[in-house]
Amino acid sequence: MIKVNYIESDGTHREVEVEEGVNLMDAALDNLVPGIDGDCGGVGACATCHVHVDGDWVDKLATMAASEDAMLELTDERKANSRLCCQLTASPQLDGLIVHTPVGQH
Amino acid sequence: MTTETVVIVGGGQAGGQAAISLRREGFDGRVILIGDEPVLPYQRPPLSKTYLAGELAGERLLIKPAAFYDKVNIEHRLAQSVIGIDASQQLISLDSGQTLYYDHLILATGGRVRQLDRPGAKHAQVHYLRSRADVDAMRDKFTPGARLVVIGGGYVGLETAAVAVKHGLKVTLLVARPAPLGRVTSPEVGRFFEDVHRQAGVTFCCNTGVESIEDDSGDGQVAAVVTDSGYRVLADIVVVGIGLLPNVELAEAAGVACDDGILVDEYGRTSVANIYAAGDCANHPSAIYQRRLRLESVQNAVDQGKTVAATICGKDKPYAQVPWFWSDQYDLKLQTAGINSGYDQAVVRGDITSRSFAVFYLREGRLLAVDAINRPAEFVVARNILSKGLGVSVARLQDERIPAKALAEMPGDTLPDRVA
Repeated sequence: MIKVNYIESDGTHREVEVEEGVNLMDAALDNLVPGIDGDCGGVGACATCHVHVDGDWVDKLATMAASEDAMLELTDERKANSRLCCQLTASPQLDGLIVHTPVGQH
Repeated sequence: MTTETVVIVGGGQAGGQAAISLRREGFDGRVILIGDEPVLPYQRPPLSKTYLAGELAGERLLIKPAAFYDKVNIEHRLAQSVIGIDASQQLISLDSGQTLYYDHLILATGGRVRQLDRPGAKHAQVHYLRSRADVDAMRDKFTPGARLVVIGGGYVGLETAAVAVKHGLKVTLLVARPAPLGRVTSPEVGRFFEDVHRQAGVTFCCNTGVESIEDDSGDGQVAAVVTDSGYRVLADIVVVGIGLLPNVELAEAAGVACDDGILVDEYGRTSVANIYAAGDCANHPSAIYQRRLRLESVQNAVDQGKTVAATICGKDKPYAQVPWFWSDQYDLKLQTAGINSGYDQAVVRGDITSRSFAVFYLREGRLLAVDAINRPAEFVVARNILSKGLGVSVARLQDERIPAKALAEMPGDTLPDRVA
């Protein structure tokens, strides 16, 4: 199991255990993490599972596809560390990952 | 502490969203969600895509896991139908014989598939695709070599054909109109998808209606679809996707005004006090298009679910979102923003043959909609332009040297461009 930390805008911290291969949007929904909606079901069509990735973790993630980059433009709080968590898959290298859910998604 | 009760009729995307949003907006009374399917609210779009393809497990369809409903105290009554509304007493009656009082009633009754009205249409191998159970029922027919006839060239028909041909079925697609996707896109984009399906091996027949369905094998195992052009196409399975009818009967019987759906205002309120509607069944005024619309989409279900929840909580948030849609077929993602009906100009950005292009639809120089095929940046910028009412220039839309993102950057220019 891979541990992923979701931190809400008010500081609430949730550590979630995720099976390898599961995407971080499904993991958030399964564990009732607020702020992750995933309206399109994880096909990168809606940008409602936007997270800000903490610190150096950004560099450890799989490269962003052009489509994810484009969809992130729909979010109000786009930053250099923005990702759609439906496009992030749990892997041993991500054990301990920290992501923040933006204010606008609560 | 309020003691109010909200009853939600319909356990689909809109009903589920309304329940979730009521809690998010701070509603602390009772929330009772009633659905006639035996499952918690789930997403329908994957049904004709990854779920049909067997790439997505059933539990992944759920909008929220079962534990969520317990945690936020949303009561649900599944596999139950509401058979009547007494608006004067604020009561609904269930098929179980039970009666429930409501302070607020949300109608998220969705729609039902339009049935093929032709002789023989009740053949055992004729299927429709609306619910998870519908897909489960057709899955064992999705075997390599099986003959599939798809009737209807909308999203459901095309997506079903794409999944089937990838699974090795022999697919014939019958479309009554001159091009597929006629209700939602332009003939140009429709013909592009027709070509894609042909190249993938689908026998694609436009301008072809269905006369009747015969039982070819004598035992209900093989159907023969007889076309109005006189062909007889054999099928181990037939999938009909010819549209949706809004479920308005409950509302009508309760005296709620309906006209192609349950009429609501921008806050989701119907003509009857304390009754609201959301999703596929609701016909709403569109601020962007200045007319009434009834939309069948996830975006509309989600946003209207949020709207009615906010209204009930006294936090009026008028529904004014840009409509958007998507479809996945083969390696193509079609993303549509806006509604193109009434367009007088279609501007293509990119090369159609490259399978990555966008078509912008304009009326009198104003953007109405975009179809973006493997072009998410154009989809995104169009949503921004439509939501902010920005102007566009045809020359800039066509000019690929200008990044898509920059197409919305015309400060102060909110008037139609006069470029011919």
